[in-house]
Amino acid sequence: MSHDLTRLSASALAQKLATREVSSLEAVDAHLDRIAAVEPDVHAFLHVAADQARATARAIDARRASGDLTADETGAARGNGSELAGVPIAIKDVLCTIDMPSTAGSKILQGWVPPYDATVVARLRKAGLVPLGKTNMDEFAMGSSTEHSAYGPTHNPWDLDRIPGGSGGGSAAAVAAFEAPLALGSDTGGSIRQPAAVTGSVGMKPTYGGVSRYGAIALASSLDQVGPVSRSVLDAALLHDVIGGHDARDSTSLRDEWPSFAAAAREGAATRSLKGLKVGIVKELQGEGFQAGVTQRFEEAVALLTAAGAEVVEVSTPSFEYAISAYYLILPAEASSNLAKFDSVRFGLRVNPPGGGTVEDVMSATREAGFGPEVKRRIILGTYALSAGYYDAYYGSAQKVRTLIQRDFARVFADVDVLVSPSAPTTAFKLGEKLDDPLAMYLNDLTTIPANLAGVPGISLPVGLAPEDGLPVGIQFMAPAREDARLYKLGATLEALLEEKWGHPLLSEAPDLAPQEMFASEEGAV
Amino acid sequence: MSTETPSSSEGEREIARPATSANSRPAPAEGAGGPGEITTAQVAHLAGLARIHLTDDEITKLTGELAAIVENVAKVTEVATPDVPATSHPIPLQNVFRQDVVGETLTQEQALSGAPEHDGSRFRVSAILGEEQ
Amino acid sequence: MAKPELMDYDKALELFEPVLGFEVHVELNTKTKMFSDAPNFFGGEPNTNVTPVDLGLPGSLPVVNEQAVKYAISLGLALGCSIAPTSRFARKNYFYPDLAKNYQISQFDEPIAFTGSVEVELPDGRLFTVPIERAHMEEDAGKLTHVGGATGRIQGAEYSLVDYNRAGVPLVEIVTDIIYGAEADAPELAKAYVSTIRDIVVALGISDAKMERGNLRCDANISLRPRTAPGEPPAKLGTRTETKNVNSLRSVERAIRYEIQRQAAILAGGGTIVQETRHWHEDTGQTSAGRPKSDADDYRYFPEPDLLPVVPSLELIEELRAALPEAPVARRRRLKADWGFTDLEFQDVVNSGLLTEIVETTKAGASAQSARKWWTGEIARVANQRGVDASTLVSPLHVSELIALVDAGTLTDRLARQVLEGVIEGEGTPDEVVAGRGLAVVSDDGALIAAIDEALAAQPDVLAKIRDGKVQAAGAVIGAVMKAMKGQADAARVRELVLERAV
Repeated sequence: MSHDLTRLSASALAQKLATREVSSLEAVDAHLDRIAAVEPDVHAFLHVAADQARATARAIDARRASGDLTADETGAARGNGSELAGVPIAIKDVLCTIDMPSTAGSKILQGWVPPYDATVVARLRKAGLVPLGKTNMDEFAMGSSTEHSAYGPTHNPWDLDRIPGGSGGGSAAAVAAFEAPLALGSDTGGSIRQPAAVTGSVGMKPTYGGVSRYGAIALASSLDQVGPVSRSVLDAALLHDVIGGHDARDSTSLRDEWPSFAAAAREGAATRSLKGLKVGIVKELQGEGFQAGVTQRFEEAVALLTAAGAEVVEVSTPSFEYAISAYYLILPAEASSNLAKFDSVRFGLRVNPPGGGTVEDVMSATREAGFGPEVKRRIILGTYALSAGYYDAYYGSAQKVRTLIQRDFARVFADVDVLVSPSAPTTAFKLGEKLDDPLAMYLNDLTTIPANLAGVPGISLPVGLAPEDGLPVGIQFMAPAREDARLYKLGATLEALLEEKWGHPLLSEAPDLAPQEMFASEEGAV
Repeated sequence: MSTETPSSSEGEREIARPATSANSRPAPAEGAGGPGEITTAQVAHLAGLARIHLTDDEITKLTGELAAIVENVAKVTEVATPDVPATSHPIPLQNVFRQDVVGETLTQEQALSGAPEHDGSRFRVSAILGEEQ
Repeated sequence: MAKPELMDYDKALELFEPVLGFEVHVELNTKTKMFSDAPNFFGGEPNTNVTPVDLGLPGSLPVVNEQAVKYAISLGLALGCSIAPTSRFARKNYFYPDLAKNYQISQFDEPIAFTGSVEVELPDGRLFTVPIERAHMEEDAGKLTHVGGATGRIQGAEYSLVDYNRAGVPLVEIVTDIIYGAEADAPELAKAYVSTIRDIVVALGISDAKMERGNLRCDANISLRPRTAPGEPPAKLGTRTETKNVNSLRSVERAIRYEIQRQAAILAGGGTIVQETRHWHEDTGQTSAGRPKSDADDYRYFPEPDLLPVVPSLELIEELRAALPEAPVARRRRLKADWGFTDLEFQDVVNSGLLTEIVETTKAGASAQSARKWWTGEIARVANQRGVDASTLVSPLHVSELIALVDAGTLTDRLARQVLEGVIEGEGTPDEVVAGRGLAVVSDDGALIAAIDEALAAQPDVLAKIRDGKVQAAGAVIGAVMKAMKGQADAARVRELVLERAV
């Protein structure tokens, strides 16, 4: 029974909760058991709030029993009829939580419990979702492998010697290892989509401004966006419906009336026809440098789109060639400023240099000891890009490249409805493989970065395993800004077509990490 | 209140203003190389600006890494011609304001809850060397 | 500190031309802070008027206060500035413990207002046009208290304490262009300029504008350039110093004079001026060297990604323009006419920097002449004695109440001065001081008559003289009565009663 519950999608679990076939406490306990079983191998979590999760689940069970669930908890408030009350969720450690430490994977914030909840966290609590804990990440979301976490790397559930992607490797691994049906991530240059791709899960970076950034510890303010991680497109849409929408505490938050993304996903899964949809394959995001198995699975998926009635054409976006360069100037520049607040005065670590010293010495010593090498590297790079004499050449030029990339998007979106590319050039690489080569690590974000620079939404979903290594491959769709629903609909269609072909979800092929005896007694109940 | 501009091109209504004491950038720091060249003196200077104490070894290592990264990212200058406007926000919005209405504040206890050191009402720091800016 | 050499002021002016520039920070009196909805109030219990935004907590984000933007536009318009069609916030990056995020949200190359001017009046009545380069919006920093060491100053302190209640209070910084031609009037011009800015923001109602509380702060840039012979090209501009911590109108004037004398002595001695921040010390009347300006001043400004451009509509600008109070010069002309002051009286008021106080006092009900008499008279005298600005001693409301008590006959002028003293000493409102010190005029005729009869009986010769019609002899009796009443009697009434009783 317990094993079974962790295998359910969030939407399926939500249904069982709604009919009271399963209690939230049972669901939470099942996931806590799974966490206890696989965490020694996976290390997806930095903090597990078992007691709090159980207490929250009990309270929801009690309210459900007495018919007291709120409109937010039953989903009535969202108009999509999706009751999520009692469904467990994992939260990336970049998000502030009033009852759990929020470290952003950094030693400098070790043990820091914020006096406030991020808006997205407040919203998921209001919807009755049950936070299980905080997930691992590259320090301050700087990285593509989770190896830059100050608390040790997360391991890919498909192959424990490999990276789970980054920066949100913890959230993706937690979902892929059935430790949580849902997770929150943040995506500055691919930190939701790339981990989703290499772990066989679904990750969505919403339109910039579609989800509040308030309470998300900032990496690069003009690129960061919070979004859902899950094992199905519908689940991601359900979570997006909960966390999305205008927030007056975030000036960059859009005031748009958003459609129900869950409704879009359901429609996509039901109709399975892509007639009238024009898909553009991005010439610059494929070919050389892409792993053969990635290209193969990508092309097969595109063939499925064509078979379902979509018109597929190739489009060119020449400025994407400059995207990584622009990104690695804009991100460090904004980060160097955003991370200045970690100074040992109001929160976090304080390191006193030997023999004391002035506050300036204390700040320098704290930041030396509290930041990892990648964070220091990017802070110095960003300080350089903004410094006297270099601003125009570097930061200024990068902001102009951003304009060119936006123009490329606008031009191709005048012709096609969505863009498509592999989510990442390769499947999961080995832990340690690129750790000493920052440039190689940066190149891994090639496919995902353009969407962040332009603020458009992007989704990654699994399209199979690469024949050469048996590891998951992801496909990425991008839509014009505000057209997030289009991605959920298309994603759900492709997902349905693929699962029809495979006969099961891709993740059911993932190795079961838990020792067999743990669930031996329960197998009869499955 | 929030309105949107139709395009991302910022500065259409700009009025040219001369660079003056209050809005001009200082000259590059001493020991700075030209764009693309990184020196150890420069990295040490940047570390000072960023308030990160670095050992000489770290500075040397970072100088090499930074040089390699900068060499790669410098290609942005190839296409950043003067006729291209800069984009600082991915989705162009403007006039996003808040009404002047008092909201909830933190309690003093909450405000100090994360402080490494405080005196019960204020944050405590070591003696300050520099002057106020 | 060693007393630096100063050159005689007139001699300095003979050799050098002072070149000035001012940065005035105005704290706006909005209800909430610039970027958070915490109350804009920074007295009281430390670290209570703060939100995650004001503490710069990870994850927090700023949102612009619309009222502050409107105030900034109004101030820009009042300074004769153009309002930028698009203006933007920028981050000014530097580390300091009172700066919660270690960057200040300010404006850099796209300020809300630019290119204006302000007409100020010099002591001789001459109008001087101060060119304004820009006015931009930014946020204030927290407050540091230095503990240990003898002076409470930063030097020698063992540690410092930080209160962020003031962090995020909205500021408008007004930056002048380089000011030439002030010549020997430079100190007076400085005072007149700051005083005029103060009058403007008070008239706009956008700031409490109390210099002693830091609502209005002036940084003064001063450099000297050597004079050249007629026909020769002017010399290059000299190196400037920036004097901070100038927290009263009186100090503005004194600090400028001091810096001119100090720099002139150095230059004449063959030395060079170091470009640096200097701190004004009210107590010693000197400036001391602060932080040298250097490469370290690389603030790495860049557009604030958490905030969007401010694009005020023409309608809003015109609406705010229509609501502007009259310009300072026009206002002064009107007030002079309304009040019926002589040229000399009015000039005296303007030079005293007390125009705002007198306006506020008349608004509270006093006559302009009484208000002028008290502010430029007794209050200015006490202020001068104490070396502070008169405006810091007492509020216009209390002065108006004091005048009302005099007008009602409750206080004589002499008693009123004692009441004023009580108010200045913090004993309460004039009414409270009257009650507390028991200073009201004795208006009970019975008590007066008893005292008069006693005095007349004690001086029969005087009584005889009065009865003889020598009325001026009554003075001796009146004096005795006033003495007996400890001064708390209306001398005119006493005189009336003496003449009555003597008959």
